[in-house]
Amino acid sequence: MFARILALVIKEFLALLRDKSSRAVLIGPPLIQLLVFGYGATFDLNHIPYAVYNQDSGFASRELLGHFQGTSAFHQTAIVHNEKQLATVINTQKALLVLHIGPQFTRDLLQHQPAPVQIIVDGRNSNTATLALNDVNSVLLAFDRSWADRYHWGNPPAQLDIRAWFNPNLLSRWFIVPGIVALLTLVVTLLVTGLSVAREREQGTFDQLLVTPLTPTEILIGKAIPGFVIGGLEAAFIALVAVFWFGVPLIGSLLALGLGLMLFLFAAIGIGLMISSLAVTQQQGLLGVFLFLVPAIILSGFATPIANMPSLVQDLTYLNPMRYFLVILRGVFLEGDSLGNLWTQYWPLAIIGLASMLAASWLFRHRLA
Amino acid sequence: MDSPLRFHQVSKSFPQGKQRIQALTQLDLCIQPGTVTGLLGPDGAGKSTLLRLAAGLLLPDTGQIQVLGQDSSARQIDLDIGYMPQRFGLYEELTVQENLDLYADLQGLDPGKRQQRQEELLRSTALGPFRDRRAGNLSGGMKQKLGLACALLRAPRLLLLDEPTVGVDPIARRELWSIIQDLKKEAVTVLMSTAYFDEAERCDEIVLLHQGRLLGQKTPADFARPLAGRCYLVPTTQRRRDSAALLQHPDILDARIVRDGVRVLIASTDAVLPNTASWQAVAPSFEDAFVSLLGTTEQRHGQAAFATPGTATEAQESVVEVHELRRCFGHFEAVKGISFQVRKGEIFGLLGANGAGKSTTFRMLCGLLAASSGTLRVAGVDMRKASSAARARIGYVSQRFSLYGNLSCGQNLQFFASAYGLGGKARRDRLEWAKEALQLREYLPINVTDLPLGIKQRLALACALLHNPPILFLDEPTSGVDPLARREFWQMINQLAAQGVTVLITTHFMDEAEYCDKLLLMSQGAVLAQGTPAEIRNQASSSESGTATNMEEAFIRLIEAQESQLRRAS
Amino acid sequence: MNRQRLAGLIRKEFLQIRRDPSAIAIAFLLPVVLLFLFGYGVSLNAEHVPIGVVVAQPSPQSSSLVAGLQQSRYFQPRFYTSIQEARKAMMQRQVDGILWLRGPFTRTLLRGDTAQVGVFVNGVDANNARLVEGYLQGVWQNWLEQRANASGTRLLVPIQAEARIWFNPSLRSRDYLVPGLIAVIMTLIGALLTALVVAREWERGTMEALMASPVSMGEILLGKLIPYFLLGMGGMLFSVALAIGLFAVPLRGNFFVLLFFSALFLLAALGMGLLISSVARNQFVAGQVAIIVTFLPAFILSGFIFDIQSMPAPIAFMTHIIPARYFVTILQTIFLAGDIWPLFLGNGLALLLMALFFLGLTWKRSRKRLD
Repeated sequence: MFARILALVIKEFLALLRDKSSRAVLIGPPLIQLLVFGYGATFDLNHIPYAVYNQDSGFASRELLGHFQGTSAFHQTAIVHNEKQLATVINTQKALLVLHIGPQFTRDLLQHQPAPVQIIVDGRNSNTATLALNDVNSVLLAFDRSWADRYHWGNPPAQLDIRAWFNPNLLSRWFIVPGIVALLTLVVTLLVTGLSVAREREQGTFDQLLVTPLTPTEILIGKAIPGFVIGGLEAAFIALVAVFWFGVPLIGSLLALGLGLMLFLFAAIGIGLMISSLAVTQQQGLLGVFLFLVPAIILSGFATPIANMPSLVQDLTYLNPMRYFLVILRGVFLEGDSLGNLWTQYWPLAIIGLASMLAASWLFRHRLA
Repeated sequence: MDSPLRFHQVSKSFPQGKQRIQALTQLDLCIQPGTVTGLLGPDGAGKSTLLRLAAGLLLPDTGQIQVLGQDSSARQIDLDIGYMPQRFGLYEELTVQENLDLYADLQGLDPGKRQQRQEELLRSTALGPFRDRRAGNLSGGMKQKLGLACALLRAPRLLLLDEPTVGVDPIARRELWSIIQDLKKEAVTVLMSTAYFDEAERCDEIVLLHQGRLLGQKTPADFARPLAGRCYLVPTTQRRRDSAALLQHPDILDARIVRDGVRVLIASTDAVLPNTASWQAVAPSFEDAFVSLLGTTEQRHGQAAFATPGTATEAQESVVEVHELRRCFGHFEAVKGISFQVRKGEIFGLLGANGAGKSTTFRMLCGLLAASSGTLRVAGVDMRKASSAARARIGYVSQRFSLYGNLSCGQNLQFFASAYGLGGKARRDRLEWAKEALQLREYLPINVTDLPLGIKQRLALACALLHNPPILFLDEPTSGVDPLARREFWQMINQLAAQGVTVLITTHFMDEAEYCDKLLLMSQGAVLAQGTPAEIRNQASSSESGTATNMEEAFIRLIEAQESQLRRAS
Repeated sequence: MNRQRLAGLIRKEFLQIRRDPSAIAIAFLLPVVLLFLFGYGVSLNAEHVPIGVVVAQPSPQSSSLVAGLQQSRYFQPRFYTSIQEARKAMMQRQVDGILWLRGPFTRTLLRGDTAQVGVFVNGVDANNARLVEGYLQGVWQNWLEQRANASGTRLLVPIQAEARIWFNPSLRSRDYLVPGLIAVIMTLIGALLTALVVAREWERGTMEALMASPVSMGEILLGKLIPYFLLGMGGMLFSVALAIGLFAVPLRGNFFVLLFFSALFLLAALGMGLLISSVARNQFVAGQVAIIVTFLPAFILSGFIFDIQSMPAPIAFMTHIIPARYFVTILQTIFLAGDIWPLFLGNGLALLLMALFFLGLTWKRSRKRLD
């Protein structure tokens, strides 16, 4: 039995790796996706383009603008002189926001009067607008502090002292890159397992397999192992790139990560084999994989938090194996989790894996006849 | 009248990996107008390349091609050229009628004439009742017929057909030929490639290609003429044994089983042969010419070595027993309660038109499909209960030689050896046997996709025989394979049978039906006739139209008789 | 160009689309799934964020701050008696942040000194953490003002910031995600589906049969372009209807302008699809290539979710070769801001050039030969 399964596994690997285009599919796309996501998928604003509409000629407004010019987060792209120009720079996206300083600014401040500053923000991308406003506020706060200090406005009654755990500089990349491990592992595993039976059906070799003494269970195992090995290697490779290329810290237990990966692969392969036993042609297999992947990725918490979803959709995400693996990944990478912290993620993943494997083997045996 | 197709010193090569494969070499060719010219040659002779070049879909590397008086590089395909590729692309989601409409539009048939022409073609292809069926749901032969109908919507001046009759049953093949004959009357020049010798005999001229070179362009009779006095019929009842024995003789080039004995082709008229007293001289045919021109010495080497270590035992016991076997797909009854038995060491042929239920029966016998009802015992095991036990005792070669395309020849052998649980010495011995007896050694490192069809067929057979199965299932194992490879294949099958292996086979080649000990003729899911080839012929002869001279005629008559009966009944 | 042949090809294509489940899946099912996922499922607006509150010594002052948290729709406070407990809860991902009012808080406040309030946020999801910080600042600011009002004085800070958010004052993320999604959906139909169906013609041998007929290459190309153009525009109209009708995204610009630029983008997408299939003649490879060079960039690098301004300079520069980038800009503007012609002209010109480039290249590469 083991000899037969081994022969099947060797055959699967040869079939996958001897063909130039299928080899390319396993190596090229994941690498491109890794780079595109790793660099492109970020919410961090670095150079917020802003314009200045300064009606004040005093030194205070110059000092305030100096604060903006002094931070790398802001990048001045225009100076406007009237409301019409202001509308134009926002409309045409020359600037994401305009700082409008009124004519009385310096005078007000010198008279110990709160001086209004208007911030006009382009709200087309609401997330960018929110983040930009936050950044503006922190610059204004810094100005407030230094001004209040020098001109004796008195102490503010209290002060927020905010610290971020696990990711002190709040880099999006630390959040996204570990997620890519889950994303690409899922994609590759599904492509390897989801199309394998369909490919044999199309070539007619599946019948040939079925007339040999191989049992359906042996065939299933023979199809699952390559997915396991390739998915595992791919995940390990991406994790290494995450640490050594993207510089994401990995402070938790590798054992915890490994266990999570195994359970996740188990679940992904089960789903892949389910798609595989349902699909008659490779095209159907590919579509099945695609139709599963898109919701699975979007509803996993990969880019947007699950907590922000409507509660019905949140309930749905409990079925998604990627949801749990993302928590495990980020927990181990950033929060330093070990086996003990993560069992709440392991057991649902194990149940999903078991259920999908059982369903796959049931489908597999019943679709043969 | 000027030649509609002229090749002058045409060469064409294709890149394959780092090398280039030479498909055609300095070919000169001139087709006579208004004739039907057959294009024959073994695999890789360059037949498809030649037709594509003529159609203008490929350009020659060197040389000129004149098509209907114009250089092929200068012109686009227009209404004067019709071309049917080997795998005619039908739109599977479209119905028969919609496919016809599309090609009528593409060929600019005006709406007035269109309907009449389509009706004509639907009638002659017998596709009329299926006009609302999707092309994807047609059987292989029906698809082929529809493809031809699409190519023939508008009578072109030059018609190029690439193996239009592969996998088509004898009845459909006859219909296709009548369409082609009608075209000839309309002064259409036809160039078609084929693997059937009976079709070659019907052509006005034959172009014989070998490895990209022209071996000859003559009428079939001219090809056969030099062989006068070298062909004999050896009457015998032990046809299989005798043909094998005769082939051992160095002066005998060919010994093939025919209706009443073995047909022999000798190397020269003055060859010294034993006991020729009963031999009857017969007229040579194109097939003899083909064998004598192309049947190299290669085919004879294999035979001596092709001995499997199996032991020949006394026959008579039934190894396959089928009783009242039925299979339904939804409301459609594909197999309607058939019964038959196959004895050990027999070659058992399953015949029938496209869609008669042969493949369904076969798949049930191999345990690939569950029977709806009936009993089914293979090698003494009830397939409905313990099919896995029986599977170790059968070998199966599927229609398309299902092998792993991007694995090499050797890797395929290794894999199937393991899949059948072979290990140790037995494994080494059997692999060695496969490489030797089936002459696969030189192909071991080559990917299966890159192998010629004939080699694929041998490899598929080798994989199915690795575990020494006492029963071998062959589903159209010779479809699309060139005539020489087909001969070699049958020599191996005969030897296997001689060693006591039971062989079940389906085929569309009626000459192959003569090789079988027993035949089962199926039509519309039911048994139409069964018995020895002679019995089947007799059964066909008892009808009013006289004796059936060959298997093909018998086949067509029996099926037509049944159809007319059905028509009368309804 | 022969009208009968072209009409025959187009009719054939529509029959195939109607009967092929995979075409229907890509053209209709996938857009609906995406629209619902993004319309209902995905949101960048955090609400009811669980936040741990530790108050060492409760007092009226601390209660008013906590009340501010409780009233905010952004937060859902949970109370812990010690910071250790709260830390544990954060480690177990039960809360996303902690607000810690230390022992001396009330005393310092009453003394008139600046009291320090400790805030910890879980920074793993950096974007979310920033948003939470912002919300917390807002609550904090309110509390300070209320305190000042209650004591009859005015809060004295130098700058009185007044934010005016144009186009999307309530900052609903759906309003920018759903219009951008139209670009993704049109990419799916225009590039992925088209590449697949042309590759299928090669795979099944129907292309050879077509070439063997008197059809010209131009007719074959138009026979693909026209049906998938109509299908793509259909998908776009359907998406726009859902966006406006179901997801209540405003359409402030002119509908016909939207139609015009969509057509321009669709031509570019179709050009890419046809070009891919002329290089990759089997469905598996064509599908992979189409996903990588058209779908993924439209998703990640077009500004649909991730703002291009946030990307590193080389990547941001690279986005200029992605047609979806220009279309997403036009879409977000036309839906939320209205007709801003200076913006449309530049982006529209880029789309036009890309459409011409891809279609022209396809045309140049297509010859009626097999090799």
